[in-house]
Amino acid sequence: MISAPDVVAFTKEEEYEEEPYNEPALPEEYSVPLFPYASQGANPWSKLSGAKFSRDFILISEFSEQVGPQPLLTIPNDTKVFGTFDLNYFSLRIMSVDYQASFMGHPPGSAYPKLNFVEDSKVVLGDSKEGAFAYVHHLTLYDLEARGFVRPFCMAYISADQHKIMQQFQELSSEFSKASECLKMGNRKAFAGELEKKLKDLDYTRTVLHTETEIQKKANDKGFYSSQAIEKANELANVEKSIIEHQDLLKQIRSYPRQKMKIPDLCPGEMAHTQDQAVQASTTSNLHESGNADLYTCRPAYTPKLIKAKPTKCFDKKLKTLEELCDTEYFTQTLAQLSHIEHMFRGDLCYLLTSQIDRALRKQQHITNFLFEDFVEVDDKMVEKQERVPSQLSQDRLPSRPVEECPIPKVLISVGSYKSSVETVLIKMEQELGDEEYKEVEVAEPSSFDPQEHLDYLDMDMKGSISSGESIEVLGTEKSTSVLSKSDSQVSLTVPLSPQVVRSKAVSHRTISEDSIEVLSTCPSEALIPDDFKASYPSAINEEETYADNEGAIHFQANISPPELGETQEGSLENTSSQIDSSCCIGKETEGQLVPLPTPAHTLSDEDGVVSIPPQRYRQKDQGYHMDFVVETTNPSPQDNSCEMFPVYELDPGCLLASRDVSKTSLDNYSDTASYISSVASISLDRTPSSSTHPAGLSSERHKKRAGQNTLKFIRQYPFAHPAIYSLLSGRTLVVLGEDETIVRKLVTALSIFVPNYGCYAKPVKHWISSPLHIMDFQKWKLIGLQRVASPANVGTLHTLSRYSRYTSILDLDSKTLRCPLYRGTLVPRLADHRTQIKRGSTYYLHVQSMLTQLCSKAFLYTFCHHLHLPTHSEETQEAVASRQTSFLKLNLGLVNEDIKVVQYLAELLKLHYMQESPGTTHPLLRFDYVPSFLYKI
Amino acid sequence: MLRWLIGGGREPQGLAEKSALQTIGEDQTQNPYTELLVLKAHHDIVRFLVQLDEYRFASAGDDGIIVVWNAQTGEKLLELSGHTQKITAITAFPSLESCEEENQLILTASADRTVIVWDCDTGRQIKRVSSFQSTVKCLTVLQRLDVWLSGGNDLGVWSRKLDLLCKTNHLSDTGISALAEIPRNCIAAAVGRELIIFRLVTPTEGLLDWDINEVKRLLDHQDNILSLVNVNDGSFVTGSHVGELIIWDALGWTMQAYERSFWNPSPQLDTQQEIKLCQKQSNISINHFTCDEENIFAAVGRGLYVYNLQMKRVIACQKTAHDSNVLHIAKLPNRQLISCSEDGSVRIWELREKQQLVAEPVPTGFFNMWGFGRVNKQASQPVKKQQENATSCSLELIGDLIGHSSSVEMFLHFEDHGLVTCSADHLIILWKNGEQESGLRSLKLFQKLEENGDLYPAV
Repeated sequence: MISAPDVVAFTKEEEYEEEPYNEPALPEEYSVPLFPYASQGANPWSKLSGAKFSRDFILISEFSEQVGPQPLLTIPNDTKVFGTFDLNYFSLRIMSVDYQASFMGHPPGSAYPKLNFVEDSKVVLGDSKEGAFAYVHHLTLYDLEARGFVRPFCMAYISADQHKIMQQFQELSSEFSKASECLKMGNRKAFAGELEKKLKDLDYTRTVLHTETEIQKKANDKGFYSSQAIEKANELANVEKSIIEHQDLLKQIRSYPRQKMKIPDLCPGEMAHTQDQAVQASTTSNLHESGNADLYTCRPAYTPKLIKAKPTKCFDKKLKTLEELCDTEYFTQTLAQLSHIEHMFRGDLCYLLTSQIDRALRKQQHITNFLFEDFVEVDDKMVEKQERVPSQLSQDRLPSRPVEECPIPKVLISVGSYKSSVETVLIKMEQELGDEEYKEVEVAEPSSFDPQEHLDYLDMDMKGSISSGESIEVLGTEKSTSVLSKSDSQVSLTVPLSPQVVRSKAVSHRTISEDSIEVLSTCPSEALIPDDFKASYPSAINEEETYADNEGAIHFQANISPPELGETQEGSLENTSSQIDSSCCIGKETEGQLVPLPTPAHTLSDEDGVVSIPPQRYRQKDQGYHMDFVVETTNPSPQDNSCEMFPVYELDPGCLLASRDVSKTSLDNYSDTASYISSVASISLDRTPSSSTHPAGLSSERHKKRAGQNTLKFIRQYPFAHPAIYSLLSGRTLVVLGEDETIVRKLVTALSIFVPNYGCYAKPVKHWISSPLHIMDFQKWKLIGLQRVASPANVGTLHTLSRYSRYTSILDLDSKTLRCPLYRGTLVPRLADHRTQIKRGSTYYLHVQSMLTQLCSKAFLYTFCHHLHLPTHSEETQEAVASRQTSFLKLNLGLVNEDIKVVQYLAELLKLHYMQESPGTTHPLLRFDYVPSFLYKI
Repeated sequence: MLRWLIGGGREPQGLAEKSALQTIGEDQTQNPYTELLVLKAHHDIVRFLVQLDEYRFASAGDDGIIVVWNAQTGEKLLELSGHTQKITAITAFPSLESCEEENQLILTASADRTVIVWDCDTGRQIKRVSSFQSTVKCLTVLQRLDVWLSGGNDLGVWSRKLDLLCKTNHLSDTGISALAEIPRNCIAAAVGRELIIFRLVTPTEGLLDWDINEVKRLLDHQDNILSLVNVNDGSFVTGSHVGELIIWDALGWTMQAYERSFWNPSPQLDTQQEIKLCQKQSNISINHFTCDEENIFAAVGRGLYVYNLQMKRVIACQKTAHDSNVLHIAKLPNRQLISCSEDGSVRIWELREKQQLVAEPVPTGFFNMWGFGRVNKQASQPVKKQQENATSCSLELIGDLIGHSSSVEMFLHFEDHGLVTCSADHLIILWKNGEQESGLRSLKLFQKLEENGDLYPAV
């Protein structure tokens, strides 16, 4: 069904005026605007059809007692995402859903107001007219100043895909529950603080009133009380009553049932203190300091105010913002969680389902995963702990749907519905808000909104020529804060963190990132967080084409929102020069300014404080949010990485070395020098700690593609690829000998996909070494890139190589020869067929992965078959067991000749891995065979 | 080019000896060692390995530290540091069966002129003796008497509690190079070219003190005695720098056999070359002995010789078993011989009998066995005999272990856990039987599965 707004989009005349239109053949009104980013290889999935927003987003709305339903913020906080989608209307819709607000205030029969701790309600809601479907999560926060002490809020996950919402309901529910729980926890804390303050006020008021009454008593000895005195006494009595009421409330909020705190791990305070020691500590401690400072300056220095008898009118008072309602820390945490959710559910449903199935399947073979799978597993476990367990539980309760039965999600493509949302927003702004302030800002940054220029940037990036190592992004941040502070000056009273704080934070982040680079870059390049995997969208096809030819090409998606580019962990474009980032940053801050809530019928007249406040508050929040990106981004990654990775590195310095090597090469192997430098520079200068982790993680995503591509090249180029791959699979160290470092490194990286791991840490791959090899090296590394130098030193190198030829296969890149044992199996030809029809690196990588997974399960079967390794009865000889093993390998597993050795080697690794108590304690073994080697030539 | 560089095997180092040095290809089906574990703890040459029990061994070397290892897992159990200079001798002091609570001890002597007794279960330094006038170069435990001997410039006798019981006068500045216990409380000590027999006087009812007396000096060797080993209860063997091998009667301290024919050119070899080699003294020094019931195996220069006790002649030899001096040899129960050398390799040999020539020399040998008086006469004959019957047995190379990048100083063979080698490259390598280890790992795996309750899933 094409709804009216879709058609309206085409009939807007303003758009046609801007489009350079050269085809007079068709009447203008019938023509469809060209897809602006078509040249950039945008794919149909990048734009969800039917809806007015470009992709899924999260909306937080409030049912304000003053202005009714109003949207507060969106995640991602970007106008492009929701485009022309009417947030106000949708807020109204979602808030009007039957919402079971708890009864507050005075329940009949009770003297004091009673707090109800209500469960959140979860609703799925569809709006076919808008093309929007939403998972809506209602929650209540306590506010002392609000009516009935409650403020109803809701968080909605809005998607154009109904199936997505329905099928991911459990996951959404559990994830949003976490966010809600976090928000409520912070709210309780803040509410208790508020009550304490109020009690102090009341206490003070009572004292004042008391003394006043005493004075009055003393003043008139007439024996009767003046009306004034009676009034005072009443007032006093009211205060007394109020004190008791508030004390009761305080008691109630403090006695919040502990068991209701379902997710203790999401408590930001604890988390920050326990988990994030390594990198995040500095970041959070900053936050803590500021947050705590806030608290401390508030609390002890809090001077009780005199409370007037008459409460201010409902509409006079300014309601607290969401951030004020919760503790800043918790609010930040919630935002982090929400953006985590946004990342989690990003992309097409089929993609989500596939990756879920993939993850579920991988989890089933957790014993063999370490061999070839990436370190995603490690992260997955962490993530899974967070996300999977609750959903699993809830799924257990519900009739679980089998994975296979998931219906294939419908993909509706309508390119025509695409519309440059940027322009629309601009126009809209001009139309709706004729305010000078906005105009001013807009004038300041017209260029960043010019789509043509945007394209120019893209073009330049595609060429990969621009490498601005300068931290323009940082400038942007600075600028943005200053811009924000300007606009903030109006509302400076309630700003939770002053602009100065924000700026200093930005600075401190930068310094931290300098340090943390060292640490974080040690994460193996495969340290990929699944969210990022998702973040790169299911548009792998698109990416592939973009990279295929030029090295260091930049993958860019038309619909990636600028703030993500700039600040969030998104950045699959760590190589995009910071030019884009800078432009994006500027764009972002203006957007932040330009998207105040278009509350219906609100005018920005200063006298009418009631209405003018909400938008300002919104902006305020915007700013808070902006700053929060920093924290939010640090959040998922260091937790995952630092916890899993660092202990390992402490245990084995060799691994540290290796991983550093890996991450370094994954950077420089896939980008030309210029962009490499620029990426490094941008990382070291302006990235937040987390975003600097991601280059490693994301480059591993690209690493896979490049590795696949290079492996394909290797297989096609060298007829002796099979024995070389066999060497790797059977644990015989392959030495890649060559003069040119880049070529060697590239091949080593490519071939590393065949190297089985010892454990959950870095692959036993040494990309480049120039010193003579040692027996220890063969024990440690299974794939070595060795420098050939024309110097006396090289004689030693080659001498040791010949001495240890028993343990190695040697691939000489310069003379194109391979010296290694014979291979006559059938496994590797299937794995690496030089006539394969597979063209793309990522596809080939997946092919390899699936083949290796199959191999792993064979190895698993062989390792864990009881009767194969133990005598069935006491008299059975060792020979009988051995013959049973071989017959199993040959007949049951269908292995031929040398393939048996591969499985046996993997089995040994499995045994070692299974038995080792903690990673790094067992010594790597060097297993070898006494088999003659042969020299292969092209 | 690569083919030349890599395919050649060992041409670069051994072109001259190529014809003589037996090499083996990569196809070593009889070599059981298909797994290795490199152990790194030392910072200098590792010279000594000593077995403590069926699964532990200690290593020591020039860095002055002693490391106790688990031979099964390669785990480093203890690091004992207390010596300031290199270790010159190490020996295990087996605990007495009578008192079980006593831990196993290790004695170490160092160039810092101290001897330290260690408890190798706790790593504690039990006692340190620093009253030596010279470096102690050899340590021997006389378990029967529960005393130990220190051999430096003099010979000291110590109790388990490290009390000096008695000691000899200053013997020589070169000091004692080897010690061996021989029957009747006697000790044979090699001092330079002399072999001195001491008798230890143990306390009896009448006499409370220990005493040690020199009984006899044997001056038959032409050059310094390098090795001294007990063959059996009735005899011991010494080897000198110029390749003299003398078998002595342990009771009467007389020569049973004298052999110095190792360097004689065998007919099939190029005479010129052999002569040239003979001129090099290092090539005929007897570096190490090992014995079994029938044969004495001698590491002579870079070669290996098997001397049959019954036949009183060399029955098999490999004149250039290694590229460089053989430093240590050991006989395995399965007729295998392992040798390690300065060239950094360890080789495994098998003693094979050749069928065509069997019985002929035996009767002579058998009769000569007990004819002590005719030993000297006999000595001239083997040359001829060897020419006739040099091929009665042969040492076949069945495998080599290449891992060390420098001279392999010593090795230790564990029945169950494979071979441990130590080297001048500061490393210790644990060589294991891959198949056996794989089986053991499987066993452990299923044990662990059973422990975790995963083996039989809950029904």
